[in-house]
Formats: sequence, structure tokens, C-alpha cells
Amino acid sequence: MRERKVLSDSLINDELLRFPLHTPTWFWFAAGFLGLFILAFISAIGIMVVFGLGVTGLNKPVMWGWMITNFVFWVGISHAGVMISAILRLSQAEWRRPVTRAAEVLTVFSLATAALFPLIHTGRPWRAILWVFPYDFARGIWPSVRSPLIWDPSAIFTYLTGSTLFVYVALLPDLAVARDRTTGWRHAFYSALALGFRGTPRQWKLQTIAGILLSALILPVFVSVHSIVSWDFAVALVPVWHGTVFAPYFVIGAVHSGVSAVATMMAVLRWVFRLENYITPDHFDALGRLLVTVGTAWLYFFFLDVVFALFSQEAEEVIVMQQRLFEWPWNFLTVMLLVTAYVIPVPLWLSRRVRRSITAMFFTSLLVNVGMWTERYWIIVPGLMKKYDFSYSWDQFTPSLIEITLVVGSFAIVFFGLLLFAKIFPIIPIFEQKEGQIFAEEIEVGRARVPAVIRE
Amino acid sequence: MPKWGMLVDLDRCSGCRACVAACQIENNVPINTEEIVNQRRGIQWIRIERYWEGTEYPAAKVRNGAMLCQHCRNAPCEPVCPVYATYHNSEGLNTQIYNRCIGTRYCANNDPYNVRFFNYWEPQWPESYYHYLNPDVTVRSKGVMEKCTFCVQRIRRTERQAKREGRALKDGDVQPACVQACPTDALVFGDISDTGSRVSRLAQDKRHFRVLESLGTDPVVFYLKKVDPQHVGDAAKQPAAH
Repeated sequence: MRERKVLSDSLINDELLRFPLHTPTWFWFAAGFLGLFILAFISAIGIMVVFGLGVTGLNKPVMWGWMITNFVFWVGISHAGVMISAILRLSQAEWRRPVTRAAEVLTVFSLATAALFPLIHTGRPWRAILWVFPYDFARGIWPSVRSPLIWDPSAIFTYLTGSTLFVYVALLPDLAVARDRTTGWRHAFYSALALGFRGTPRQWKLQTIAGILLSALILPVFVSVHSIVSWDFAVALVPVWHGTVFAPYFVIGAVHSGVSAVATMMAVLRWVFRLENYITPDHFDALGRLLVTVGTAWLYFFFLDVVFALFSQEAEEVIVMQQRLFEWPWNFLTVMLLVTAYVIPVPLWLSRRVRRSITAMFFTSLLVNVGMWTERYWIIVPGLMKKYDFSYSWDQFTPSLIEITLVVGSFAIVFFGLLLFAKIFPIIPIFEQKEGQIFAEEIEVGRARVPAVIRE
Repeated sequence: MPKWGMLVDLDRCSGCRACVAACQIENNVPINTEEIVNQRRGIQWIRIERYWEGTEYPAAKVRNGAMLCQHCRNAPCEPVCPVYATYHNSEGLNTQIYNRCIGTRYCANNDPYNVRFFNYWEPQWPESYYHYLNPDVTVRSKGVMEKCTFCVQRIRRTERQAKREGRALKDGDVQPACVQACPTDALVFGDISDTGSRVSRLAQDKRHFRVLESLGTDPVVFYLKKVDPQHVGDAAKQPAAH
């Protein structure tokens, strides 16, 4: 299907363990820089806790704003990792090998960041922790399972647990490699994490089975998580939220933004860690083709949502839709999200040259996520601004500095998590890479040369 | 067990806002200072919505309407709360339990009447006002939702009193602060399960309607339509004109 560079095992070990085992100076600068944003993020939470949510831009009709938008955005991003990894693993696509781990780790960190937002968004986060974990057994008070806000943490924590295990199982052989090449405290650290993985046939078998099982189990969870996130809105009575199309619409939107985020991240990894041998234009080509389909499906659902609102001819829905389409700044945002999430990138991805250009893929995929963030804002806030007939209570929403800090800070948290992970663990799976080499090897059978293992 | 309900006669409402003031004082509702109102976070458990029709004087008309929690029998705000901070009690009140509330504000989003309020700030009064806070009503902290309770403290007090005196509650015994303060008797409160009560009888009036009834929330606050003096008897005249 595609050419593969033949790399020796020791070269793979050296290149992929270079960053975890040797610290370049820029790492400290990058970590410090991101740390400043994280500090700002934590301070913003502190201010909200001490002074109350009055420091945000939320008001009476608009009770949910940027924080919930950002929550939905990060849950969306978290979708791609496991989807790409699990689907490609189950379908035994060979090209997945270098990208799976980075994608899975993106899932874990973006999901953990997303899970923060509903918590800090509550009026009393110190009590909200009891909402996620059933509490007050003595008095028989349990969380209300009728509430989508109970389905939500259940789905997210299931997904977070599943994807963390998924990353860990795939990490075991690499931890063993790192253990064998380190001394001192690093050795002790990797030994503890490697759980005694020695590469015996039985261990390999178990590791492979666990990986396949987790892939199969996590796929339904991946679909359910964003469906459930969409029900936070679809279950409500708010005009334009109240739509049955929301679950598939949110899932496909999540895949669109998530796969784009993986493309962006792969480009960054390739540049930062000089992984030209591993992440190749072939990968971007494949993701680009996937994105053309996903993006178009997303556009279909986007228009379906608009049509549903107008088709019902309910005055409440028409009013909100009118505001979205014709009133400043929503008319600008409508155009912006369509242009950035679809009109610019998707036609460009039709060209093979663009798909194979890493710079072009970086910028187009980044653009998609600008559009998708806007789309979430566009979905969530206008319905609250003009809720039903009481024009007396209609109002606008303007984010405050606190909310802007939180949104920017959430990006810093995810980048910091990825950087830290790459510093501690090999971000490209070493064993997968070697396995791929073996599968690609040719052996002589009689006079013919045939692939050692037939895949693809 | 009584089922409490209210009736708002829009024809009698003059829009004086005595109900609003009475409610603020009775229920320790934080003062809506200019700053809070500009932040669009005013808390008014009952509010008078004023809408204008027409622009110039003789044609211009003002429409006042009292809006308060409708204590819906099928309340959209209740099932969405993850911690049962809001639920329906046996007397038909939609109650808010401040201690349980964690402030997800989902109830406020799902409430089509905009009658649930969030404490964005720690409520504050001028120093001397603290002596005037109603000891029967919890002062809410920042981060919790609050809403009209039909003055549950008055209901309980009257019930206790009736029990002490060994008699049943009479119609009109219980009066929320807004009802008590209304100078034009536009607000009527009572037991809607008792067909003989004043509120039940008035709710049978042909002018009756309920707000956003199409949503199926089944409110227990009934409204009586305003009678427009210009149009009195229009319905009777119309067939003759054709």
C-alpha cells in the first residue's frame, strides 16, 4: 500500500527514547510557559470559589456560557483518539502504528480537562464532588438518575477509565524497553510501571488480547459519551436545544473536531520531536481523506438542525434561529464557523497535494477546531438568550476575563499534559513500530519473495 | 392535604409592585442594587413584567403581568437536578433545598418562565438591614439557586397555629406576602383541591388561562385575562357587523 522505511531496531529505540531519556533545554522553557497559563487557570478557579460566579459573564437568562462550551469542545476532541486507535486496531490498518498512542493520550488529557469544567462551573464545587460520587447513604439521599447531569459524569468517567487503561496496556512493552535502558530512579520508576513485562510469549498474547478487547469495548462508550453530552441539551425545554437530532449531530461534530485535532497534533509532534521517520505524509493523507467524509457528514447534520428548527414553525425556535442567522454577532459567527469548519478545509483536502503537505494539514485542521469551538458556542448560548415569550427576561451574554482565562488555560493544561507524557513515555509506540517492521519483512519461499505476514 | 395554588387577575393588577417589595422583605431576597441589575442578575421571586402596546398616548397601552414560580405539577426544572435539590412536595409546592443545591443551574435553563434565580454573589445588605431579616427564612449563600416558595414559612406557621387551636385550616388563612400586600386584590391564594375555595371558584372564570400551557407543565398559578374597556362586548358585536 505504501512505502516503508527500513529502520534498525536500535535506531528505533534510540530515536523514540531520545526525548524521554534526555532533556533538551527548550523543554523547561515550554513547561514554564505553559505552567504560567495553568497558574492563571488555577487562580481563576480560586477567584470563582472565593467571590462567587458573579466574576463570570453569566447572567439570569444565560446560565451556561463559555465554560460549558469549552466542556463540550474538549469532550469532542477526546473522541478522535480512541476512535482512530480502536477502529484502526480492530481493522488492522498498518498505518495506525505510529499515531495510536499520541491520539489516545490526547483523548485522556482532553477528557480530564473537559471533566474539570462542569465541576468548576457549579456554584458550590466543594459540594459538587458529592454529586459525581453518590453520597449521604445514611439519609438515603442518592443522586437523581433522571438528570442528564448524572448520566454525564457516569459516561465521562467510564470513558476516562477505559481510555486510560487502553493507553496503559499499549504502553507496557515500551515501559519494559525503557526499564532495560535506564539506571537509578528512572529504572525503578519504569520497573514499577512495567509490571514485570519481560516479553514472554504468554505476556505478549495477554497484552494483544487486552488491547483488542479494550478496543472493542471502548467503541460503544465513545459513541455514547458524546450522545449523552448532547442530551444535556436535548433533554431540556430550551428552544433550539430540544431536538432529537442532537445525539448523532454531536457525535459526528466530535469526530470532525477530534480527527482534526489529531492531525494538528501529529504535525506538531513531527516538528518538535523530529519524527520524520515515523509520521509520514501518508498519515496525513489518510486522515485528510477521513476528514472529507466526516466533515461533510457534519455539515449535513448542521443543516438538518437548522431545518428542524424552521420546519416545526414554532415561534420560539424561529426567533432564536433568526437571531443566529441575522443578528450581530451571531450572523458573523454563523458564517465564520461554516467557513472555518467546512468551506476552507474540506475542498482543500480534496487535493492530494494538500493532504500530503504537513504545513497545509496543520493549518487546515487547526481552522476546523476554531470553527468547531464556535459551533458549540453557537449551539449552546443563543437558545438561552431568548427563552420563550418573556421578552422581559431576554438578555445577552458577554464572557468575562475569568472565562477567557479558563478557556485559554484549558488549552495550556492539555498541551502541558501531552508534553509531560512525551517527556516520561515514548509518544510513538516502540513495540508497534518494530512489529510493523516484522510484518513488512519479506521472506524467501523457494524462489519467490513474499511478505512475511499478510496484512492490509 | 391541601394543594396550594394561586390566581392572578390581570384585570385588577395595576402594576404597583407592592407584591415585589413584600416578597423581597418577607423572603430575605437580596437587594437588587443598580449594579446587580446592570449585571442582569436581579433576583425577584415575583416580578411585574410590563409590556407596551402602541407608542403614542391614547393608543399606547400598558400591560402588566405578575410572573412568579408556577409550581408546575409537571415541572421541567425538577428532573434535571442531579442532587434532588428541587422536588415536588406533597402539598404541591415546588421546593428548593438550599443545602443540597450545588448550583449546576440546569433547573434555571430548563425553566421556561425564568423564575429561578442564582446567587452569583454572596447576598449583602446594608449593615442596619441585617436586623430586619426574617428569622423564619434561610439566608441563601452564594452558589445556590432560589425561587418562590409560596411563602412556605407562612403556610407552616398557619398550619401549626391551626393545629394548636385544634381546628382545620380555613380558606384564606394562609396568605403569602405578595397576596397580603396586593392593594387591588389581584392575587388570590388557596387550596386548589378544595373546589369551594375562592381560588378554585375564580379559576373557573371564562377569562382563565395558564402561561405557556402548550408546554404541558401543568402550572397551578392561574391567570384571568385583562378586560379591555374599549373592547367590552366586542365578541357580542362582531357577528352583527358581518
